[in-house]
Amino acid sequence: MSTLRDSAEALALPLLALAGGLALFGAFVWFDGHDPLQAWALLFRGAFGDAFSLQNTLQRAAPLMLTALAVALPARVGLTVIGGEGALVLGGLACAALPVLLPGLIPGGTAGATLLLLAAGVAGAAWIALAGALRQFRGVNETISSLLLGYIAIALFKHIVEGPLRDPASLNKPSTLPLPESLRIGTIGAYDVHWGLVFGVVACLLAAFWLSATTHGLATRVVGGNLRAARLVGLPADRLVITACALGGAAAGLAGGIEVAAVHQSANASLIVGLGYTGILVSFVARHHPLAIIPVAILFGGFLAAGSLLQRRMGLPDASVQVLMGFCFVFILASEAWRGRLGTLFAVRRAPVTLPAGGAAGAA
Amino acid sequence: MNRPLHPTRRHLLAAGAAFALPGALPGSLGGAFAQAPITVGMLYVGPRDDFGYNQAHAEAAAQLKKMPGIKLVEEENVPETQAVQKSMQGMISQDGATLLFPTSFGYFDPHMLAIAGKNPKVRFSHCGGMWTKGKHPDNTGSFFGYIDEAQYLNGVIAGHMSKSKKLGFVAAKPIPQVLRNINAFTMGARSVDPKITTNVIFTGDWSMPVKEAEATNGLADQGVDVFTCHVDGPKVVMETAAKRGKMVCGYHASQAKLAPQAYLTGAEWNWLTAYTQILEAARTGKPHPNFVRGGLKEGFVKSSPYGAMVSEGARKNAEDVRKKMMAGAFDIFGGELKDNTGKVVVPKGKVFKQTDVELEGMNYLVEGVIGKA
Repeated sequence: MSTLRDSAEALALPLLALAGGLALFGAFVWFDGHDPLQAWALLFRGAFGDAFSLQNTLQRAAPLMLTALAVALPARVGLTVIGGEGALVLGGLACAALPVLLPGLIPGGTAGATLLLLAAGVAGAAWIALAGALRQFRGVNETISSLLLGYIAIALFKHIVEGPLRDPASLNKPSTLPLPESLRIGTIGAYDVHWGLVFGVVACLLAAFWLSATTHGLATRVVGGNLRAARLVGLPADRLVITACALGGAAAGLAGGIEVAAVHQSANASLIVGLGYTGILVSFVARHHPLAIIPVAILFGGFLAAGSLLQRRMGLPDASVQVLMGFCFVFILASEAWRGRLGTLFAVRRAPVTLPAGGAAGAA
Repeated sequence: MNRPLHPTRRHLLAAGAAFALPGALPGSLGGAFAQAPITVGMLYVGPRDDFGYNQAHAEAAAQLKKMPGIKLVEEENVPETQAVQKSMQGMISQDGATLLFPTSFGYFDPHMLAIAGKNPKVRFSHCGGMWTKGKHPDNTGSFFGYIDEAQYLNGVIAGHMSKSKKLGFVAAKPIPQVLRNINAFTMGARSVDPKITTNVIFTGDWSMPVKEAEATNGLADQGVDVFTCHVDGPKVVMETAAKRGKMVCGYHASQAKLAPQAYLTGAEWNWLTAYTQILEAARTGKPHPNFVRGGLKEGFVKSSPYGAMVSEGARKNAEDVRKKMMAGAFDIFGGELKDNTGKVVVPKGKVFKQTDVELEGMNYLVEGVIGKA
């Protein structure tokens, strides 16, 4: 019974918060001289209204699922890592560079594409594992080091893409050599969504399974819960921390690899658009839970897709969507204060006469 | 309605042929367009009010919107990722757009090409790309302006006004379009006084406000007294230089409002000319103009009005050069031209016309520029 109530609450809280954010956004556009009803209708249409909108939303959500994991997994061992952007660009670079560095050694088709994505994951994993190792062995704060490592990664990326690996034919937009046709990642069947979405969803599911259903995952959560207790019971804390960081980094690196193989076809500055930073927000809103990341990333994708329609139909500036996202996520984070109290409030309303004392105590 | 493009169309509008439409200038457009309504989509990579690249497009788009029968849909801050593909497709399937202007360089390949392949009846006109016959679909194309002509005129004015004989150029990346502007600006200034040098700082990206301010301050400390730039939003460079009591030449759009005391003149885009040319072809069912280029003469670029402080001699010199450019009797890049390492890059006797595509692959900085490409 209590678990049922808990999960009902887990669903009701963010939905109520979302409604609050949307209501406030309505007031905001109304204040600005626009019709809030039209804005709400367009938001829904642009995000989920038809097949095109839905695919648009899912496509935008795909990379965010992976970059959110780069924050969520280290968070489960108690680390606040915000350097997913660096892992993403290095992943993209590794994916684009492999065929150039190993000419003739990469097979075409799925096998070759798998190798490229593997390289992308390894590059990302190494970068975030470095932040984890610095923290465990040198006592360097991982939030700061991962952020700074992100800047270094971007600088390295630009140096290599615009220097040694630059395709001489890419004049005004310095890029690496484009990937051969056979190594690119296509769309899922007839849908206009590439396979990155499947990678994102599967990675989130695997991460959830690992954390909740394996011994290793349990040990990881123990380290995150209480590092000293974990050490006292003999858990290899350093190894677990670095593994969690590496897995998170691998997810972000994979996101970069997919962006290159499915979208850009080569590594260039268009890869650096803040997907890694948006992942931080997604992970925090999902409370670092891999399963919650999927719907939150889709919500984010929906906002971005809807924002596109909002601009075109109502002439609102791009910043209005950021205002909406700001409202919604502040509400969602603030709604945490109601956790555990929402049910009591409803109970009070339903049975005020039979449980007056309990109701008063619950509301207080 | 938009007539589908003829698939076996052989003729291509060569660079020069695109200019053979003198009647397509804004003044004479009103009557020509009283036809079926058309929905036009504009995509910008940054904010529409950036006092720079995106604003120059947005201002021209606002002019376009005023014409009868035009429905304009716009989107700003569209990144060069899957997002721009979705936005373009959305404009087509949700808004019924049949002519799209994706204005950022990075939209061309692979994004515009991907969406153009899926929508063969929609016309795409990209700003800045190198459309190539046979390589790219016929329903796509590119337009661009020879703004280095206006940068040359900036240089002439800067050359007259500078007292320290040191000019500053804050640039994003050492790519051909940028190098061409730096070179033209420097050559304009050195046509006034060959002792003049231009210090270049590359910030590494198109929108780096902090680095742009640091670069401007750094150059000011080195004695530079006239600045110009090639970044997406020149606002920071203009304001920082003006605050330091230095003079500026604008870029992309007019920044005169930001620094009225310091603003000498500026190199501005006049995209309306290109837009209307492409739009007219779409509305009358003529073949899509695939490769559209033009400079001062064709009305693709213009100069900002001179600031009050610009001397009579400077104005006269610049206007003389402008007259020659308008008459097609002035070539910026002619031999013998040396780069700043002393190597001859254009041999004696060789003269490049603005339309020569070799210039779109420029990879050197000319003599007098202090910096490395």
